[in-house]
Amino acid sequence: MALAADQVRYVAALARLALTDEEVARFAAQLGDILAYVGQLQRLDTEQVPPTSHAIPMTNVFRDDEITASLPVEAALANAPQRKGSFFKVPRVLEDA
Amino acid sequence: MPDTPLTSLTAHALLDLLHGGDVTPTEAVTASLRRIRALNPMLNAVIAIEEERALARAKALAATPDRSSPLFGLPILMKANICVAGVPTTCASRILQGFRPPYSATVVERLEQAGAIIVGMANMDEFAFGSSCETSCEGPTRNPWDLERIPGGSSGGSAAAVAADMAALAFGSDTGGSIRQPAAMCSVVGLKPTYGRLSRYGLIAFASSLDQIGPITKDVEDTALVMEVVAGLDPRDSTSASVPTPAYRAALHRPVKGLKVGVPKEYFVGGLDPSVDQAMRQALTVFRQLGVTVQEVSLPHTEYAIPTYYIIATAEASSNLARFDGVRYGWRASGTTVPEMVEGTRGEGFGAEAKRRIILGTYVLSHGYYDAYYAKALKVRTLIQRDFHTAFESCQAIVTPTAPTPPFRLGEKLDDPLAMYLSDIFTISVNLAGVPALALPCGFAPGQLPIGMQLIAPPFGEEILFQLGAAFQQETEWHRRKPTAMDR
Repeated sequence: MALAADQVRYVAALARLALTDEEVARFAAQLGDILAYVGQLQRLDTEQVPPTSHAIPMTNVFRDDEITASLPVEAALANAPQRKGSFFKVPRVLEDA
Repeated sequence: MPDTPLTSLTAHALLDLLHGGDVTPTEAVTASLRRIRALNPMLNAVIAIEEERALARAKALAATPDRSSPLFGLPILMKANICVAGVPTTCASRILQGFRPPYSATVVERLEQAGAIIVGMANMDEFAFGSSCETSCEGPTRNPWDLERIPGGSSGGSAAAVAADMAALAFGSDTGGSIRQPAAMCSVVGLKPTYGRLSRYGLIAFASSLDQIGPITKDVEDTALVMEVVAGLDPRDSTSASVPTPAYRAALHRPVKGLKVGVPKEYFVGGLDPSVDQAMRQALTVFRQLGVTVQEVSLPHTEYAIPTYYIIATAEASSNLARFDGVRYGWRASGTTVPEMVEGTRGEGFGAEAKRRIILGTYVLSHGYYDAYYAKALKVRTLIQRDFHTAFESCQAIVTPTAPTPPFRLGEKLDDPLAMYLSDIFTISVNLAGVPALALPCGFAPGQLPIGMQLIAPPFGEEILFQLGAAFQQETEWHRRKPTAMDR
C-alpha cells in the first residue's frame, strides 16, 4: 500500500530534503512496497532477544588524552562553497534586532 | 620486459618484476594509465584519472635505492568514497562535486607508505547505494564481459577496472555486498574483511555498523598480500579491532584436507539461476576432491536478512548523510535562509536512490515507527548473528553463491528497488553478522557471464578464506580468464 503523500512530505521535511511533486508521488508508491516487505519482521517473536547495534562487541575504547596536530584552518576551509575570512559563510540566521 | 603486457599480470607477479628492478614504477604506472585511457571510454570505470600525481610518485620511488617496500610501484585504484588527500573523492554524487579531501584515509596512508601508487578513483553507485553501479552521477560503469550488462555494485568501477586490467588491484567498500557482488559479476576476487579488521577512517560513511573497506584483486594471493599491508588497529577509528594481523600469505599453501565447510540449505532455493546452481555444485565437487568435507548447515533467519538490512542500513545512512548540508564542502544551492539553502542543496545534490534511502531511513527512525522498524531490526540482527555462530560450531567455513544470477542488463532493475535489493540476498547477512567473506570466480553462464562463489568464515578468520580460496584457485582456471567484450 502506498504511503500518503503527506507522510512522505513530513519525513522529507525532517530530513531537510526538498522533493518535487513527481518525486513525492513516486517515493510514496515505492516506499509503501518496501515498508510492506520489511514489515515481515513482525512475524518473528523477539520478546527475549537483545538488540545488536554493533557487529563486534566493543565497549569503552580509550586513548591517551594527548594534543596532536589539527587540520590547518586553510585546509579545513579549502572546500567551502562560501567563506569570509577564516569562517564558513551561510545565509543570515538571526534577524536584525 | 616480459612478453605479456604488464597490465595483465597479477599484483604479485608484477611486484616480482618491480622488486627485481626488471620494471620501474614509472613503467608500471604508465602502462596502467595507458590502459585506462584506452578502455575507459567504453567502460566508464574510472571517474578521476590522477596521471600527474601518479607519475610524480613513481619518479620519487624510482629515485630511492631501496625497492623492498611490499607494494613498491604497484598501480592501484581507490573507490571514490575512500579519501585521498587532494584527489576528487566525490562518492559519484553531485553533492560532492569538486570535493578534494584535506586528508587521506588510513588505508590510503598505509598503501602509499608501502609503495603503492594511486592512478585514479573508481566509479560507484552514488554513496554506495546500489547493486549495479548505475546510480552514479557520472553515468554507469559497463561490465567488461558484456558491455550491455551491469558490473555489479556498488564498487562496480573497482571490479570492472581490475577485470579489465586497468590497475593491478583496487579497493572498494562493502556494506551489504558492495565488494563481493561486483567481484562476482566481473570474475575477480573480492574480500569483505571482518568488521574492525581495517580502519574506516577516511571512508565516507554509508552505514557505520556495517561498512568495511576491502580489496578487489585478480587472485587470492593478491588479496592476502595486500591485506598484510592494510589490516590492523588504527587509533583514529575506535571500531577498528586490537587483533594482531597474521602473515596472511602463510595461509595460502596450507593443505585443506580435513577441513569442513557448510552449505546453508536456505541458500539453494527459489530464485537461484540454474547456471549459478550448476557452477556451485561443480565448485563443491572441487572441494570434495581436495579432501574437504562438505556438509549441510542451516541459517534459519536468512529470509529476514534483507528486510533487517534495509532498515538498519537506511537508518544509519539517513544520519550519516545529514552532514551534507552545503555549509562546509560540496554543492550549495542558493537560498535566502539556512533551511531553504540546506533543503535545496540536498534536493538538487542527491540522486533518486539516495533520496529514497534518506526518506526510508528517516521514516524508520521517526517517532511512532522507531520500535516497529528500527528497534525490531536490531533484535533480528542478533538472531542472524546467532545463526552464524551456531553454524560455525560444526564447520570452519560456509560456502554460498555470491549472487543469485549472472550480471543483469543495464536498466533492468534500476527503478524497481525491491528487485535490486534482492540481488544482495547472499551477501547481506555477512555484514549484519560482522564476519569476513571472500568472493571468487567459479564459472560462467552462457554468453561468458561470470559467476562467483562466496566463502564465509568466523570473525577474524580471513586466513581460512585464503587457505580455501587459494586451494580452489590451484585446481581451477576460472580466475585466469580475461574478458574480451572490449575487443569486439
